[in-house]
Amino acid sequence: MTPAVRVQHLDVTLDGTHVLRGVDLAASTGEWVNIIGPNGAGKTTLLRALLGLVAFDGEIAIEGLSDRRRSARARKVAYVPQTPVIPPGMRVADYVLLGRIPHRGVFAAETANDRRIAAEVLARLDLEGFGDRSVQSLSGGERQRAVMARALAQQADVLLLDEPTTALDLGHQQDVLELVDALRRERSLTVIATLHDLTLAARYGDRIAILARGRVAETGPPAEVLTVQNISEYFGASVRIVDDPEGPVIVPTTAASAQNGDQP
Amino acid sequence: MSDPQHSGGSSAVLQASGLRPRSLMAGLAAAAVAVVAGLTIGPVDIAAHRVALQLLDGLPGLTIDSGLSDAHAAIVEQIRLPRVVLGLLVGATLSVSGATYQGAFRNPLADPYLLGIAAGAGLGATIAITSNLGDGAGVFDAVPLAAFAGALISVTVSYVAGHLGGRSTASLILAGIAVASFLTACQTYVLQANSDAFRQIFAWILGRIATSGWSEPALMLPYFVVTVAVVLRYRRALDVLAVGDEEAAALGLEPRRIRLVVVLAASLGAAAAVSVSGLIGFVGIIVPHTVRLAFGSSNRLVLPLSVLFGGAFMVLADLAARTALAPAELPIGVVTAFLGAPFFVLVLRTSRREIW
Repeated sequence: MTPAVRVQHLDVTLDGTHVLRGVDLAASTGEWVNIIGPNGAGKTTLLRALLGLVAFDGEIAIEGLSDRRRSARARKVAYVPQTPVIPPGMRVADYVLLGRIPHRGVFAAETANDRRIAAEVLARLDLEGFGDRSVQSLSGGERQRAVMARALAQQADVLLLDEPTTALDLGHQQDVLELVDALRRERSLTVIATLHDLTLAARYGDRIAILARGRVAETGPPAEVLTVQNISEYFGASVRIVDDPEGPVIVPTTAASAQNGDQP
Repeated sequence: MSDPQHSGGSSAVLQASGLRPRSLMAGLAAAAVAVVAGLTIGPVDIAAHRVALQLLDGLPGLTIDSGLSDAHAAIVEQIRLPRVVLGLLVGATLSVSGATYQGAFRNPLADPYLLGIAAGAGLGATIAITSNLGDGAGVFDAVPLAAFAGALISVTVSYVAGHLGGRSTASLILAGIAVASFLTACQTYVLQANSDAFRQIFAWILGRIATSGWSEPALMLPYFVVTVAVVLRYRRALDVLAVGDEEAAALGLEPRRIRLVVVLAASLGAAAAVSVSGLIGFVGIIVPHTVRLAFGSSNRLVLPLSVLFGGAFMVLADLAARTALAPAELPIGVVTAFLGAPFFVLVLRTSRREIW
């Protein structure tokens, strides 16, 4: 089976800094891969390289994409940025319809089909009736869903999520990730996400890749990758791992408890 | 989360922003009112219906007796009509250029002079006036030509310098400010050395819609057509740029190329407007924002409506400029700010729309 996304020997240099060094990563169709790693490890840069937004050495192959033009890539790969730019005064309907631009080009008017798809996506994300509101006026959780709606309107095979839960409370974090998981199953979406919350990363997604110092240090199922040793080594964090039927739970330990010999 | 299969009912209500017949009619009505007022009001009052008949008479294949004397017909056709048309063209071009700059730079304060057009045109005009190359009268006088050249050079230098400094729009804006400051300093120096030309240069800087027959409107027309055609074609692309270059690129666009095209088109039109009518401030900022407050923020409606309302605003401002202290004329730049500022504050107060 050919992977939906395959990255080989990816090197990216930004402003003289070698940000990614020989990154290898693959995701098969319908798979959810979470990329975790300390701040500055190059997670966002990896997503930007997948979007064709930074110059790179090495190889990035997206299944079914041979056209090198940006619009062709945008039909295959959709992106939810960590801090999306909220355009002043733009209506939610117009914002979600931006996701249809890769399909019709920027000079053509949207079709009835575009409007139908955008309306469906809004309904799917519980934003029905929000079309005439301005994106600015939405709450944090609604905004995040509007951004997600725009990405889903692209009807791409691959969805890249950069810290999709950062701005959200626990309930909304769960909502967004559950939704992505449901859509992934419905549409065989391939999902590549960066996440800071390791427990969430373990719960959602099939595999985890640890990105550290520009390299993929470890990759595999959550229970194999999220070990006390790995987290200590790559995050410099002291944690306990609690086994739960749904996956490992990562619990930070305090210095005091460590001194008491409360280490696993 | 609801099932997409049962969401079909919502598809009918999802409407994209765009130019609605009602807002288009409002813009056309504003332009029509301005044109009628501009043609009928003046030292000689001429009845509106006779003006309309006289204009119809001018159309090929139509012969209508408007009942106007030859002298009045000449006032309408030879004096007022070219001036009204020039006002429409200059106002529309400056407004649509301002709207384009605001969209391309994602900056509500951007105006057509952001990349140094005013300073470049000012220096060009100052040099031409102080070297006695021309007196600013007539289209092919050295003053408008020097202003046009100065405007285009300053935009080009700003663009090149901005891209040398980095890829962000901020670096482009900063380069424009640097270029404008440098050129303004040069202009001040030339001015100091030739203080006898002060009055003439000052009059040019404050702007005017003055015509001698049809040569000014004829010169302005092709630039107006090119500018409006290009930026209207890119109206949807400007809406995508509103989410920033990175996300626009992720949606398949080439933001820098789009910005280059629209900024060059807007600059060309603004440079032409400045060279025929001097520096008329305020219009490029106030008209687009008024349109946003009244009708919405999408460039699909802001750009075409800026053309109509910008033209109307300039014709009315020119009417005020030539009648308020008649027979003396006020500089139109004074009128646009004097009338425009209170009006805009009123619109700001009454509109509940979020525009920026």
